[in-house]
Amino acid sequence: MNGNEYRVKPGPEGLLPPAAACCGVVLSEKGQGLVEGALKSENDTLRVMARELLTRQNPTIFPGPLVLWAWREGVADKAASVLELAHEIPGVRIIPMPDYRPIYPKIDPEAVINPCHPNLTIWHNKIEVCVFIGVHCHFANITLKMIRAGTNCYTITLCHEAGHEDSMASLPFADANQVRALTETIRQLKREGLRPRYADTPGILLTAAQEALSQGLVWQPAPVAQ
Amino acid sequence: MALRTLQVSPGFMRFMPKEYQDLVEKGPFGRKLKLSDLGTYKELLEEHPMCEGCAMAFFIRLALTALPAPEHTVIVGTAGCGRLSLSQAAIPFVYGNYCDTNGVATGIKRGLALRFPDQPKDVVVIAGDGGLSDIGFSQVMHGWFRQEKFTTVMLDNEVYGNTGGQESGMTKRGEVVKMAPIGKQFEKIDMIGLAKTAGVAYIARLTPTNPSRIISTIRKAVLIAREVGPTYVQAYTSCNIEYSIPPEKVLEDARQVEKERYGFLEIISDEAKAFLAAQDAAHRE
Repeated sequence: MNGNEYRVKPGPEGLLPPAAACCGVVLSEKGQGLVEGALKSENDTLRVMARELLTRQNPTIFPGPLVLWAWREGVADKAASVLELAHEIPGVRIIPMPDYRPIYPKIDPEAVINPCHPNLTIWHNKIEVCVFIGVHCHFANITLKMIRAGTNCYTITLCHEAGHEDSMASLPFADANQVRALTETIRQLKREGLRPRYADTPGILLTAAQEALSQGLVWQPAPVAQ
Repeated sequence: MALRTLQVSPGFMRFMPKEYQDLVEKGPFGRKLKLSDLGTYKELLEEHPMCEGCAMAFFIRLALTALPAPEHTVIVGTAGCGRLSLSQAAIPFVYGNYCDTNGVATGIKRGLALRFPDQPKDVVVIAGDGGLSDIGFSQVMHGWFRQEKFTTVMLDNEVYGNTGGQESGMTKRGEVVKMAPIGKQFEKIDMIGLAKTAGVAYIARLTPTNPSRIISTIRKAVLIAREVGPTYVQAYTSCNIEYSIPPEKVLEDARQVEKERYGFLEIISDEAKAFLAAQDAAHRE
């Protein structure tokens, strides 16, 4: 526990939770991971991530711009590894964060997650576990704090840089190999007998907005919650 | 930004929101579009939270349409109404502090030139009269005197509209606005004259009455800034809230202001004229 008792648990922690870094949580080194504020081995971290993704409600992957846009060599491979991961999580959804533009007057929470108000997407879709991958760290940090403040979502970050103290489970320096390692760990847990929460719902689920788009229907934003 | 950043990774297109699918498939990137093409492609900015009837929103829509290479453009703005829509456009937007937009633009322009020596990158400052003629005034002037190669577009609504109606340096003399009840005691700052003194290569003043002219002015300003030197466009974009102009009368007001005092003015340096002539010749070939 890095010499203190502060644990980065799913919220809601309330408005303006302290930054985990200010509470003594330190980032892990390469080959390690961070689970609820504690340093763990990479393997242990992957097992925690895999278990949470298979057992919590409405698992969702939030790919950020660094994965969604094929902006340089290697991105397509990392994107492919994310799709492989998704195919191993029954009932998973993929809701993108294509960029960080503020979206006003409102977002469609079934189509997008926006770093200015990520809680709206999580609340609307009742997401209790999510993976962030390919989001620039400075936006990931603010997003993670907002999620921890206002939702009960278990946040997992596969970070290309040093990782994130404010997510519940974080793996630093994660490239396509680490994503595939998580996929393999999920397969391993299934082989060990863990029955996924959505075992009867194989494959990736589309949100209503994505479904409408895929069928070429006129797309209607989700109604405003009363 | 570059065209390459607008390719969706394989397998992810079906998860992208409709707006982004449209931007990739029907956006303006890498295309030569004209004013008459509006309505046939996905624009850089379609939804924004600006006020009904806002002349500034109208001008910004046309200004974005005019960018010669949106995929190689960075916009710098600051506090004020304009950034409410500019930050939502599908183009990189850098939010400068109120005083330093043109200093920030200088750094970005120089950095991009070092990073991409073979690819021209356009930097365009779009900010209000408060940001450019008052609080950011010194950096505007220094950018001009140093001949920094980027465009400055002033959205001149002649008031601090976003904060309740304080007078700005660009407010007309004698004008009474909500937070300046005794009327402005000084003349409107002559930014055009200052730009001329500073050797700005292309200077224009206009109102949002003529869409073709807006497009041609902004395009010229960006192209000249790319090759020749600093450029400045001052656009009257009334604040219909602070000046109590009914939305349906906004363009009527713009026409009246154009006729009475704002007009259309274009000052082009000899070097910029030669550059434009060469561009035209190349285009004809």
